[in-house]
Amino acid sequence: MTDSASIHHDDEETRQLERTWASPPGFFAWFTHVNQTNIGMRFIVTGFIFFILGVILALLMRLQLAVPENDFMDPETYNQVFSMHGITMMFLFAIPVMEGFAVYIIPLMLGTRDMTFPRLNAFGYYIYLIAGVMMYAALLLRIAPDAGWFSYPPLAGASFSPGLGLDFYTTVVTFMEISALVAAIELIATIFKCKVPGMSLNRMPIFVWAVLVMSFMIVFALPPLVIASLMLALDRMAGMHFFTAASGDPILWQHLFWFFGHPEVYIIFIPALGMVSSIIITFTQRPIFGYIPIVLSIVAIGFIGFGLWVHHMFTAGLPQLGSNFFTASSAMIAIPSGVQIFCWIATLWGSKPKLATPLLHVLGFFLIFIIGGLSGVMVASVPFDMQAHDTYFVVAHFHYVLIGGAVFPLLGGLYYWYPKFTGRMMSERLGKVAFWVTFAGFNLTFFPMHKLGLEGMPRRVYTYLDGLGWNEANLFISISSAVFTLGLMLTLVNVLISLKRGNIAGDNPWNADTLEWATSSPPPSYNFRHIRTVDSRYPLWSGTGGLEQNPVVTGIRSDRREILLTSILESHPEARQPLPGPSPWPFWLAVATAITFAGLMAHLAIPLLGFVLCFIAITGWVWPKRLGVAK
Amino acid sequence: MCICLPADANQSALQPEGPLAKVVADLFWGMVAVGGLILFIVLAMLAVALLRARNNAEPRPLTFTQSRNLVFISGVVIPALILTVFVISSAAVNREIVAPMPEHALTIKVTGHQWWWEVDYLDTEGNHVAKTANEIRIPVGKPVRIALEASDVIHSFWIPQLNGKTDMVPGKRNLTWVQADQPGSYRGQCTEFCGKQHAKMAFTVDAVPEEDFETWLQRQAQPAREPATENETKGRQVFLRSSCAMCHAIRGTTALASVAPDLTHIGSRKTLAAGTLENMPGTLSAWILTPQSFKPGSHMPATMLTGEDLGNLVEYLLSLE
Ligand code: HEM
Ligand SMILES: [Cu+2]
Repeated sequence: MTDSASIHHDDEETRQLERTWASPPGFFAWFTHVNQTNIGMRFIVTGFIFFILGVILALLMRLQLAVPENDFMDPETYNQVFSMHGITMMFLFAIPVMEGFAVYIIPLMLGTRDMTFPRLNAFGYYIYLIAGVMMYAALLLRIAPDAGWFSYPPLAGASFSPGLGLDFYTTVVTFMEISALVAAIELIATIFKCKVPGMSLNRMPIFVWAVLVMSFMIVFALPPLVIASLMLALDRMAGMHFFTAASGDPILWQHLFWFFGHPEVYIIFIPALGMVSSIIITFTQRPIFGYIPIVLSIVAIGFIGFGLWVHHMFTAGLPQLGSNFFTASSAMIAIPSGVQIFCWIATLWGSKPKLATPLLHVLGFFLIFIIGGLSGVMVASVPFDMQAHDTYFVVAHFHYVLIGGAVFPLLGGLYYWYPKFTGRMMSERLGKVAFWVTFAGFNLTFFPMHKLGLEGMPRRVYTYLDGLGWNEANLFISISSAVFTLGLMLTLVNVLISLKRGNIAGDNPWNADTLEWATSSPPPSYNFRHIRTVDSRYPLWSGTGGLEQNPVVTGIRSDRREILLTSILESHPEARQPLPGPSPWPFWLAVATAITFAGLMAHLAIPLLGFVLCFIAITGWVWPKRLGVAK
Repeated sequence: MCICLPADANQSALQPEGPLAKVVADLFWGMVAVGGLILFIVLAMLAVALLRARNNAEPRPLTFTQSRNLVFISGVVIPALILTVFVISSAAVNREIVAPMPEHALTIKVTGHQWWWEVDYLDTEGNHVAKTANEIRIPVGKPVRIALEASDVIHSFWIPQLNGKTDMVPGKRNLTWVQADQPGSYRGQCTEFCGKQHAKMAFTVDAVPEEDFETWLQRQAQPAREPATENETKGRQVFLRSSCAMCHAIRGTTALASVAPDLTHIGSRKTLAAGTLENMPGTLSAWILTPQSFKPGSHMPATMLTGEDLGNLVEYLLSLE
């Protein structure tokens, strides 16, 4: 390390870095890219495309339910549509898009040049893409899964769902697990080992903490689902009886599924909390109050999130005493959530925050998320849940939590980081209009569902009879869902036109505090020209001259892809780590993996072929080469 | 053609008609009151937080101590107190609901099928007394034990005005209770997604005075009445020689199959196909000819009959009071 005075702003070196880290141009080369900014952006864009598809499916459902005994869709189609809506939103949109933001932003926030396993990153993306495309191909062929996103056996078993739909479900779920696990491991390794010198654990931005907790949750929550989906696949394809009443137990699936499924909700929601903190810090222009309580709360939510799964099963006939224990653990989650909310309020208090669109979305989040949290505490009560469970009350509740708790912060995050992604600002004017339409549309759509559920309307019904007093509310909800969608479309339009027309952003348009704003927008392929040490939680704000005053790490090679590894706690420099460059093999391995799993649906012999293909792809992947030194 | 529900048809959990549903509705309103207050206070604090420095040139943040007290008191202490009260009152209500009911209460066994309900009345010794489908009758003012089973996939048994839902899981037997304070008809519906016709898997619970219930039950326990007219006799023959008898039973005849609703007293039922159609000659004929047009995916196949056969069959079936 040297101090800043001795840095030579050597342009030859910058060009060298560019050559080393550039992603090769051309269509075929696209499949070889591994840079974290490329892959992260792909996750984000693909995730939002699936979001649009999920919204379209939701609108189809609302069209069907607008009037009683509608015959716009037959029951078979409706069941595929609502199942695909859930599967899309949970597996193809929410997790991947959060991972995308993490993959893009985390290395920048940590001040490093790339992630620890760039090729694995690319592999995870292709697996996800293939899973999503397969799912929608199935929907177009009308053979999509039709037993809901939680696919309870025996209904999801071979005797009651003989078609291919549920085979697609088990396969695609397995793909998503692989993709999410890969990203999680990568994020953990990157967060632990790639922070710039000086960024000890207690100086990490809160968003980084949130992503770390999310990643650990993925690592612990997805394996039970791996097991469960494999067992269901074996039930279906090999005639095992894990989940049949004959010699297995249908309830076992529910335990395994929700042991994954509940943490899944927090996996979606915890990174969103991190985004909220980032946005509040930036728009109040002051350090957050209660860094440590906030971090501890996030960690606590991560732990408690694993102890609640039974509250999805209160009506299954489990012992009552045990059930009440889960009431208590579910209610407990309100405390770490409350701590965060009040830390944010304390930070906002009298701070004259700038009410730009990102912060507006955060304020929308406050209202919606608190309502969702309160209805969540209500359904945590066993006796009340026995009335509310599987009705539109629950549909209302979880959309308040998921859309309020995750989508609103995510949209805020989109407005916030868009300048970093693209180099241009989104329109504030259009953004504010979009926010208000979205916010109003959301509440008008989902609030009346509480009432509908209590008035007895079950969820997952393709129609309802005239004369039960549900007609007006349903029509109202269907119309409101169009308003909500209009709001989302305004944001989409904003994203698209700002790409060309937005004001030039500059490096740090919001005067934010974290390192991703210390490089150009969009960041160069090597992220940072200089790896600078940091000495505070708010590196771009601290001291007099900010980051520019801090010493720079030297000795990292620029003629090959190389990053600095540091120690976990104190972030002392430890080693230089060369990274692999562009490669087609992650793509081929994803294809081979897809053939292996999906082939099972067609013939038991195809996985054997797939195994050979995987073997070839892995050999290609690990084939020793001279480390890429750019000429 | 669709069902015309009675004008006061209702399956609202907010209009409870029995003690079990009542305590839950009270709990709900209690939670709404407290929750609404919390929402109001937090939003008010947020508004104050945002507006406080509005007219000042400089931001006026809280001091460290003020912030710490704010977070500790409103984020930890108060929620912890409220949640303790919440957990205890929820558990107390739960105790009331699952409290053991009288040993010798009437037991009704309800079995969920894709997409209808099989209903068996048992006596206090557990012996089988009578079988019906899709309509349950209970004596008013008495707790009735309901034993829940499923023959194929998971279903869930819910009569919002009387009690919350309990799942029907294949291979298991769950128990629940219902009690109606007023005579009346209460609608219920399946609430665990169970396939194509989950939406049209409804039923009614009719609470009637105890004496009426006893007379009704004795009637249901008996085999079907003999045909009284020539048409009815012909109708019975049609039933026995067409595919009907492969799935349905009419006790007292040779039709004893049990994969579809028992039709021994079909004439006394108000609805067809699990609350989907009103039980009238026109709807019954239409249902027999094309069940798939009312409940696509239903496990009942269409039956081809001549007009005359159909007329006699319907006449016979509706005579089975
Ligand atoms: C335009 C926005 C949306 C609308 C109008 C909408 C509407 C609906 C409706 C009406 C249902 C109930 C389907 C039924 O019970 O038959 C449903 C289910 C569901 N929604 Fe949404 N939704 C939207 C966005 C989202 C988002 C953003 C997420 C998650 C991040 C989500 C996750 C789910 C899930 C998991 C289910 C349950 C599916 C199942 O039962 O298997 N939805 N949605
Ligand atoms: Cu059912």
